[in-house]
Amino acid sequence: MANFSKSSVPRFAVEVYQNEYLPEGGQEVNAIVTVTSTGGGTSGGIPLTGAGSSPASLPVPEARAPGAAVVIMVDCSGSMDYPPTKMRNARDATAAAVSTLRDGTAFAVVAGTHVAQEVYPGGGGLAVADERTRGEARQALRRLSAGGGTAISTWLKLTDRLLGASDAPIRHAILLTDGRNEHEGADELRDALDACDGRFTCDARGVGTDWEVKEVTQIASALLGSADIVADPGGLAADFTRMMADAMGKEVADVALRLWTPVGTEVLFVKQVAPVMEDLTARRTEAGPRAGDYPTGSWGDESRDYHVCVRVPAAGLGREMLAARVSLVLPDPSGAAGAAEVLSQGLVRAVWTDDMAASTSINPQVAHYTGQAELAEVIQQGLDARKLGDFDGATAKLGRAVQLAAVSGNGDTAKLLAKVVDVVDASTGTVRLKAKVAEADEMTLETRSTKTVRVKDINR
Amino acid sequence: MGEGAARPGGGAPGRTAAEHSGGPAVPDPRTVEHAVARGCVACRAGRVDADGYCENCGHAQPSERDHMERALDTVAAVSDRGLRHHRNEDSFAVARAVLPDGSPATVAIVCDGVSSATRPDEASAAAAATACETLTAALPRGAHPQTAMHEAIVAAAKAVDALADGGGDGAREHEPHRHQNAPACTLVGAVVAGGLLVVGWVGDSRAYWVPDDRGAPAARLTEDDSWAAQMVAAGLMGEAEAYADERAHAITGWLGADSYELDPHTAAFKPDRPGVVVVCTDGLWNYAEGTDEMARVLPADAGARPLHSARVLVGHALDGGGHDNVTVALLPFAVPPAGAGSA
Repeated sequence: MANFSKSSVPRFAVEVYQNEYLPEGGQEVNAIVTVTSTGGGTSGGIPLTGAGSSPASLPVPEARAPGAAVVIMVDCSGSMDYPPTKMRNARDATAAAVSTLRDGTAFAVVAGTHVAQEVYPGGGGLAVADERTRGEARQALRRLSAGGGTAISTWLKLTDRLLGASDAPIRHAILLTDGRNEHEGADELRDALDACDGRFTCDARGVGTDWEVKEVTQIASALLGSADIVADPGGLAADFTRMMADAMGKEVADVALRLWTPVGTEVLFVKQVAPVMEDLTARRTEAGPRAGDYPTGSWGDESRDYHVCVRVPAAGLGREMLAARVSLVLPDPSGAAGAAEVLSQGLVRAVWTDDMAASTSINPQVAHYTGQAELAEVIQQGLDARKLGDFDGATAKLGRAVQLAAVSGNGDTAKLLAKVVDVVDASTGTVRLKAKVAEADEMTLETRSTKTVRVKDINR
Repeated sequence: MGEGAARPGGGAPGRTAAEHSGGPAVPDPRTVEHAVARGCVACRAGRVDADGYCENCGHAQPSERDHMERALDTVAAVSDRGLRHHRNEDSFAVARAVLPDGSPATVAIVCDGVSSATRPDEASAAAAATACETLTAALPRGAHPQTAMHEAIVAAAKAVDALADGGGDGAREHEPHRHQNAPACTLVGAVVAGGLLVVGWVGDSRAYWVPDDRGAPAARLTEDDSWAAQMVAAGLMGEAEAYADERAHAITGWLGADSYELDPHTAAFKPDRPGVVVVCTDGLWNYAEGTDEMARVLPADAGARPLHSARVLVGHALDGGGHDNVTVALLPFAVPPAGAGSA
């Protein structure tokens, strides 16, 4: 209950779930690492109970404003006028998001077409949120109109310049698009994402059904944000409000997952596995001897799971070694790798035993997330096969997806799958492709294929 | 002993710690490591971090419990991790006490942590220490050794129960899948006092009597709380058949919070000749199960050199494969001169 005295940086806790026992000659070590941050964010670590909770028991967020800067990028290309409600909904959603901005937050609104333009406040700077500036921003939004093409790299570059002018530790963006990034090459978008990597985080949303799922998920993945579809433009305001509230809940930015491994050990993969599957393996930056940092972005009050898999040199029966040390670190602002602040850490161990019962059992968490990873993969493969006209392949992959979603208790994904295939028997994965599938349903399944459920959710 | 030679902890008896009295010329490598370098004994290249792992190769460093020895004038005990287990979950305690009439009493307790439960190493250490303390407090007050032994086992059981309530440190967080399982261990103890030999036990750790005159028969003083022993006792199986069954070693009695009913066994003997009491875990008796076998591997001069002989017994288990932790305490028993202690 001594929550009042804590600093604005949340407390991080690391828990490791693994079967550390390996058979003679065994080398592969798997572990699920659960990272939970509490004490920051909107609820101050106290579960929000709604009615009945005493206001006095809740920390006042403004009292320890973390210093956030937010830029909203709104697609204003010509297609936003078809139908005209799309542009109107985008304006309304942005206005709703602006209303959610906490006092003191630096912000700007950018209109995106084949070029990027500042809508508010203009002049290459950011406004500081208060009643007056929020009102001015909403006024400025009324001037937004559709016309022109789509070149998202220009939006990102302008956003990076605007956020770069702020010294706020939390730098976040929201990007809304309704169409394909068709007025520039894929290289330009990729280069812009590389340039923005680590400079700000970004949630990406596709509105309608004329946008490219892989472009939106690529932006969110690269910039450590969320991706989603808002098929009905009428749902934008609620979604924007929620995204902005999440952004306002972030208390600490640029947290890295640091993995130390002993000599001779190979890192096979590092993935975020909950709430969303995200392979981080290729995003390692070296951080001292046998250690590497994987980016995790900014954190509020939340919990995420990571799957770490390493191959260690085999040792004799009865031996024990540290296979990996997993820590959450806050890099030193000056950039020195060694000076990072360690927020919390956990140990992944390997113990060689001739007890077959011990060495052959698979940790339930590891088994669960291995299944969730396969689920995301077979959905993507199934949808790709379907697009290419390989209906047998699509049926097999999506059937397997239905089976995995059922056994793992991933009800949301199971529902999305049922809109694309007719499920004959979920337990065996027997399905038939639907003859006619709404485009929005297919895109929703593809965008949300990486959403996972946790083990404990099953047991409820 | 190829495997043992490669092991950092060094299980080979005789090459490690010193006798209680005078130390050998070569210092104990483990003591040196803790005091000075903290260099890795596995790769010899890295330093050891705060968690006890090498910063270079990651290997766990030998713990003090990997090999433990203790010797008093009238008792000696040796415990070793063995060759197949990654830690030593056995523990022991030895002590001397003085009876109200001024005559000496000797206590030895040996415990074996139940591996399938959580924190077995903490359970065995707590049980051995508590039982030994209880006995050394009760005996000088004139408590009958057999009553004192019973109470010591009850006190040890309480100490192990308490571990389930209080959270452990270290080991616990590494074994989240074992949380639901309360710590547990076996216990076997012996007291030699005033011409009396008292044993007490719960579980399948044993006490043997081996007379100095090897012409006389040796004897097992305990009955295992085990599946096999129960089958034999109930007349349902022959000994050979019962012990060949894969369930043979499943124990039916133990100390710990999962034990629904504690049933401490005690027995008192008045040996009529000198001999040695062998108090041990199954890590030893699996390699010398019969009384004849135990008598054969126990050195003839065990009564005079208990520490050396305890090392020899541990070495016998390691040479046989060292599949489990090995712990043995030896208590020489001398027949009191006629008239003494008979009051």
